[in-house]
Formats: sequence, C-alpha cells, structure tokens
Amino acid sequence: MTQSVVIQVGQCGNQIGCCFWDLALREHAAVNQKAIYDEAISSFFRNVDTRVVGDGGSISKGKICSLKARAVLIDMEEGVVNEILQGPLRDVFDSKQLITDISGSGNNWAVGHKVFGSLYQEQILEKLRKSAEHCDCLQCFFIIHSMGGGTGSGLGTFLLKVLEDEFPEVYRFVASIYPSGEDDVITSPYNSMLAMKELNEHADCVLPIDNQSLFDIISKIDLMVNSGKLGTAIKPKSLVTSSAGAFKKRQEKPFDAMNNIVANLLLNLTSSARFEGSLNMDLNEISMNLVPFPQLHYLVSSLTPLYTLADVNIPSRRLDQMFSDAFSKDHQLIRADPKHSLYLACALMVRGNVQISDLRRNIERLKPALRFVSWNQEGWKTSLCSVPPVGHSHSLLALANNTCVKPTFIELRERFTRLYRKRAHLHHYLQIEGMEESCFTEALSSLSALIQEYNQLDATKSMPAEELPRLSVAV
Amino acid sequence: MSIVTVQLGQCGNQIGFEVFDALFSDSHCPQGLCSKRENEAYRASCKERFFSEEENGVPIARAVLVDMEPKVINQTLSKAAHSGRWKYGQHSCFCQKQGSGNNWAYGYSVHGPRHEESIMNLIQKEVEKCDSLNGFFIIMSMAGGTGSGLGAFVTQNLQDQYSNSLKMNQIIWPYGTGEVIVQNYNSILTLSHLYRSSDALLVHENDAVHKICAKLMNIKQISFRDINQVLAHQLGSVFQPTYSGEGSFHYRRNPLGDLMENLVPHPEFKMLGVRNIPQMSENSLAYSTFTWAGLLKHLRQMLISNAKMEEGIDWQVRPPLSGLPTRGKMSLNKESHFNTSIANLVILRGKDVHSAELGAFKDPALYTSWLEPVHAFSVWKTQRAFSKYEKSAALVSNSQFLVKPLDTIVGKAWNMFASNKDRGGTITNLKIQMRDTPQ
Repeated sequence: MTQSVVIQVGQCGNQIGCCFWDLALREHAAVNQKAIYDEAISSFFRNVDTRVVGDGGSISKGKICSLKARAVLIDMEEGVVNEILQGPLRDVFDSKQLITDISGSGNNWAVGHKVFGSLYQEQILEKLRKSAEHCDCLQCFFIIHSMGGGTGSGLGTFLLKVLEDEFPEVYRFVASIYPSGEDDVITSPYNSMLAMKELNEHADCVLPIDNQSLFDIISKIDLMVNSGKLGTAIKPKSLVTSSAGAFKKRQEKPFDAMNNIVANLLLNLTSSARFEGSLNMDLNEISMNLVPFPQLHYLVSSLTPLYTLADVNIPSRRLDQMFSDAFSKDHQLIRADPKHSLYLACALMVRGNVQISDLRRNIERLKPALRFVSWNQEGWKTSLCSVPPVGHSHSLLALANNTCVKPTFIELRERFTRLYRKRAHLHHYLQIEGMEESCFTEALSSLSALIQEYNQLDATKSMPAEELPRLSVAV
Repeated sequence: MSIVTVQLGQCGNQIGFEVFDALFSDSHCPQGLCSKRENEAYRASCKERFFSEEENGVPIARAVLVDMEPKVINQTLSKAAHSGRWKYGQHSCFCQKQGSGNNWAYGYSVHGPRHEESIMNLIQKEVEKCDSLNGFFIIMSMAGGTGSGLGAFVTQNLQDQYSNSLKMNQIIWPYGTGEVIVQNYNSILTLSHLYRSSDALLVHENDAVHKICAKLMNIKQISFRDINQVLAHQLGSVFQPTYSGEGSFHYRRNPLGDLMENLVPHPEFKMLGVRNIPQMSENSLAYSTFTWAGLLKHLRQMLISNAKMEEGIDWQVRPPLSGLPTRGKMSLNKESHFNTSIANLVILRGKDVHSAELGAFKDPALYTSWLEPVHAFSVWKTQRAFSKYEKSAALVSNSQFLVKPLDTIVGKAWNMFASNKDRGGTITNLKIQMRDTPQ
C-alpha cells in the first residue's frame, strides 16, 4: 500500500484541504469500525503516540493512538492556517508541518513564486523530506491551490519544480481552482497564465476546477432540497457538500459546500487505491491510461451523486441515472461540454455496490453519444471499489481527457491579453527580482502551444480514421 | 503428478482462488454418482495434483501468489482461510506496494528482474513439496501490468529453470470495450513473449464468459466473482482427474503432457480454447436431464460455428462439403464462418460415459489436411460426475477461434501506435512505458 502527501497552498488550498481532512477522517471512521491502524488509513494518516516528544512517536500497527495527517500546510499569511489550528481539526495536523509568513503575496504570482519561493525553499524542502521519510512507500503528492491569487498560484507552482527535482519518481497531481469570469482579483489572468506554464511543464496530472461550476452545483442541490419535489426527504448527512450537521449552518460559510465537493473528488480519486474492490485502480494507473501525451494532462472531472434521497433501495434505473448524470454538464466541476467535444480517454471510478455488468451496460448505452479520438475508440478505463462513500450506497467519478478544456484556456488567454496589451498592473510584477517581460511571453506561448495541440486533435474529429497499412492477420 | 499454480496480479489471484475452491468443492462433492471407492480414488488424484497436506488435515493449495500491491493477496488469503476447508500456504505469497500501473514494461522490465530471485525461490519451495512435478499453471490477465508483464517474465524464467516441465498459461482476454485503455499494447506484448516461452496458452475471453453468466446462468447483476466462478468451473471440467486410457479405471497421471501431446502438435499453434456443456444455474439444474447424444451434438456445433455457449448457436454452419478442406491455407468460408480445428480434446464426465458416441468429432472435414482425425481427436473420460452435473462434456480445442479477436486487438494497438507517429506521441508514450526501465 502506498502513501500520499497533501500539500495545501494559499487560502483557497488550505480551506479546501481542511474540508478534505475532515471528510477523510469521517470516511475512515465509517469503514474502520475497530479503530485499528490499517493500510487504508496509512495512505493519508500517520499513527502517532503523542506522549513521545520528538520524532520517535510513529506507530505502524495496532490500535489507533492519534492520527496525524500526511500534510504540509503553506500560506504566506497566518489567518487561514491559524483558524484551522484553532478549529476541530487542530490535533490532526502536525505543528511542524506548517510554513507561514505574515504579509501575504498580495495577489501577485511573482511575489509568491520568486520572493517567497527563494525565501522558503530550504524550509519547504525540509518539511517535504520529513513527510517522505514518514512514508513507507510514497507514491503521490497532491497539491491543492488556486490559480488566481498570489500564494497558491505562485508558491504552489514553485513547489512543482522542487518536487520534480527532489522526488522525480513520485507523481504530482494538482487540483487547481481556476478563476471565474467575474473574479474579483484583477490580476488573476496574469497569475493564472504564469501558473499555467508551470502546470504544463511540471505537473503529471491536473484536475481543473472552477468556482462557477461548484456554485452552480450547490444552487442545483439547494433547489432540489427546497422544492421537495418528489416528496421524499433528502438525508442531510448524505449531502456531498456538507459535513454532518453542517447542513443548516451552510449559510454562514458559503465556500464550505463548494470545498466539500473538491474534497469528495480527491477522496473518490484515491478510494480504489485505498480500499478493496473487484477491479482496483491505483494512482499510477491514472496517468498511464488517461495521459496519452505528456502535455495533455488536464482531466475534466464529474461527480455523482450529489445527494441521496431517503429511499435506500436503489433500483437499477437509478443506477443508470448515475452514469447518465456523470456525462451531463451539470455535474462537471469545470464549465465544459465533453459530450460535444472529443474524448482522448475516459475513466469511470465506481464505488459501492455496483458490479461489472452494470458498468458494461452503461458504457454500451452511453458510448454512441460520445466521440472518441480515432486511435482510441474504446478508450475506457474502469475501476470498481467495494467501499461506498459516507452516506451513499454508490458513487461514480468520471475523469475525462477531453478537448472541452480548450475553451477554458482560450478564455484565460483572452483575459490575459486584454490586460497585457495595456501593460496594466505589469509593474507590480516586473519590479520583483527575477521577473521580466519574457516570463509573460513564454507563458503565453506555452498556453498557445497547448491550445494548438487541442485544436489539432479537434480537427481530426470529423475525419475518418486513417487506415495505415500493416501486416494483416490471415482472417 | 502435481501441478504448481502461479497466480499473478489482481485477476490471476482472484481467479486462482475460485479455481482451487471449485476443484476442492467438486472433489468433496457427495453426489459423485459412482461407487465410494471410485470417489475416493478421484479425490486422492485431485488432491495429489492440486493440494498438499498440512498437519491438522487442512489441504494447502499448491500455489504461489504474486502481486505488486498487497490488497488483493490479503483478501485472497483471508477468503481461503475463512472457508476452513482449504487454504493457501502462509509463506507462499510475494507482494510489493506500488503496483505496476497497468504498464507492461514495468511488470516485465522492472519488477521482473528486481524480484526474480524472491519469486523463483517461492516457486522452488512449492515444487519441492511435490513428489513429482507435472508442470505449471500460470494464471494471468493480458490487460493490466503485473499479470501481463510480470507473467511474461516469470514464464520465461520457468522455461529456463524448469526446462523439463510443461507450462500452461491461463490467459484472460479482456473485454472488447475496454477495461484498461492501454490493454491492447499490453496484450500484444504479452502474447508475443509468451508465444516463445510458453507451451500452451489456454485463453478465456471475458466477453464470452460474461455472456454465459447473463444468458445461461441468468444472473442479473453480474460481478467479477460470478465470472471467475464460471471460469473456474470450465477449468475444473478439464483438469479434474480422468481415466488414463480407454478401458482403464486408473486416473491419468500426466494431464498436462497428455493434453499438450494431443492438442499442440505444432509449436506455432498453441492457443487453445475451452467450451463446456451444460452450464446453468443450480436452480435449473434440478429440473434438467441430458443425453450424451444431445450434449455432443450441441458441443460439435459450438465448435464449428465458433459459439461459446449452447444458446444462440448458428446451426446453418456446416463443414465444407468436399470433406477435405483446402490444402495448406486455413481459409474461413465467408458465408458460413466455419471454424477449422487443428486438434480437439473432448472430456466426458458422468453417468454412462462409455456409451457416448463420438463419431461426429472424427469427421475429417473438421480438421486441417495435415493431421488425420485419429491424431487430431482424443477423448478423456470418467464415470465420476463433475460438480453436480449428472453428465457434462468439455471441449478443449486448438482452432481458428481466436483469429478474429486477435486481429481486432492487433488492429487497435496498431491504430493507437501508428496514428501518432508524426506527433512524436508514440515515442513519448513508449517512453512512459519504458521510463523506469533500467538502462
């Protein structure tokens, strides 16, 4: 069994991270009734005897003493991290795994990347090495951050290069929150563009997510809950979007519900690696199957179900509905329309009481409406995990490598160009040591090259598959 | 003589468990429909082949479990131990942590050499427990990374180290509509390597077994467990004990050798398929009776029309009229899709087995020109019924049945490889495959 380390950077990253750890604890508590520290828990948590001072406290087997998250928390201002450390999860985090500063990055990628990057490089390396040492077999780093700000965007992507150099064998999965059109941070296009270049070059796999989609999903759930359409009650504990009991408090913390969706994404992504199932899928299989070319590593994700009705016996019609939902625009975590674009590959990660025949039936059903690239017509990767998420009897995470991410990137480029043409706000960046205009132009050409790749693939959409001659089997 | 089984990867281990379970259940089945002495001889023969004895009487499967990640092996070991009837050896397994990531190159070039010594040692220990070794079963899938890559590596090693023993690979042919996106690459790499090092490849197609579960067994929500159990049943119907010859009542001691002698007359043709009849859910079984004539008629038609189960057989397909098929070439008649065989082995189990009439299988029209039916066709029998079926027949054949699926897989792999040669994508894709190969 392998371990993963979560690195949460910046305000957004840390808030999502907090929701993630809360959900992870609840999930393991639901599965692991006997409180034994087993391999599934060890993928994200260490078992520590808190009475021992210093490093010697790790316990590898037996009863759970105190669980510590395999996490590194980084923020260049203290507010968010402090709040976490005073909240209900304070004991889950190892106080030595934090890196904070006071002044923040001022929504400036250059400050996050260049200034804080060089300032904290040694510390960061030290914390990372420590986390790696605590792992028996480290397989993956998960980085959670936003693209539009300064710390998450700048320092978060600086980390990628460090990780690549220091731990070349370990996968780097990034959950990136892309800014929406109505983002309140004026410099977010610059920050996102500069961060994109780093993601292009140093990430193994990126899961782009945008706030607008998350918000739409929440609104839809609210509508369902409040309309009481079908007369059946929605189990509050089973809302993907909230922690138990937090249903009513949601009005106070508007981002919590949205963050919980991302947390669920990460949990479902790793569920087949942590828990047993009849068709396992490990994290290394994700990039092996879904990334046909190293640059095209952006995966559009969609999660179902988002809520469960109180009716427990789900007939297979409802099960099929789950599959259909996964391919509808409403359940995507980024605004995208995969059905009308070209699929390079698609993964279906199912949890709960779903069997291979259900999976096959639904693939056959949905396949005709989807367009796959000519050289990967049957491009499905499937996994079945027996353990369902908390409060649901089954769930589905669909990861698609699809050209539908292209519009997001094109829009990003346009917003960037609008600002850059006027050289607006540029001086804030250029006055940082190490920043030059070439950084911007290189980032722009990197993104343009990526868009061009997608364009080329889209162009093959309507062309018939090329029949290349080969030695034929005597049929 | 004993057979040592090597179970590789998630698929191999999950199936291996069901196989041993089916073999054990059948050999301890009280409804053998034969004398007590017969039953005991059967049980003893099965035991010698597949199980070794422990002090407190619980048989231990002659198996080595290998996987590059621990979850499945742990599950398999505990399932066997919980059943209380048989189990796996405590120290018969080898696992790592990271898995092979569906990467054939990782299984073959990284895990193989790295863990060669440990794995071969485990196999050696298991071999030493046998009084005499008949050969090896290697159970593996083609679509993943461990079963396919490490399986190919281990088979090669077995060829080097145990050159006098026979190796039969039980290969799982993946679903046509994808379980793994790179399954076609993994499959062709596996097949090309195995073809050089294995003695026979017994191929089980997921699609075919799935249909059997749906149509014949009437299972509504088919799980991999159901599929594996059908597969195990098929294997059991071939490899459970049978009499060593016509008129003999002793059980044959060299099943692998006899099978390969009969079915693999030429080293270039070693892909075998298995069909068996009848196959149904236990509930239906109580209400069914069969005749040998009926069963064999269906089985023969299943063979020549390349049907995998007794429902939906195309009765229009007939052998070519002239009696002798075209010399040399194995041509598939476009209209009737006649499935020509190189060799066939029919295995009959149950009541009145000696009265079964097999003339139809000796028709030269079924076979190629370079092998006479007397050499191409053989039959194994036992009076002892298999797994509660009063009469059952299995057919292992070396025929054209895999030509089309093979062509499909090669075509898809080629498509994926060649379409991207201009992009340098294939080079990078191969790089991903070979990234961790020690240079």
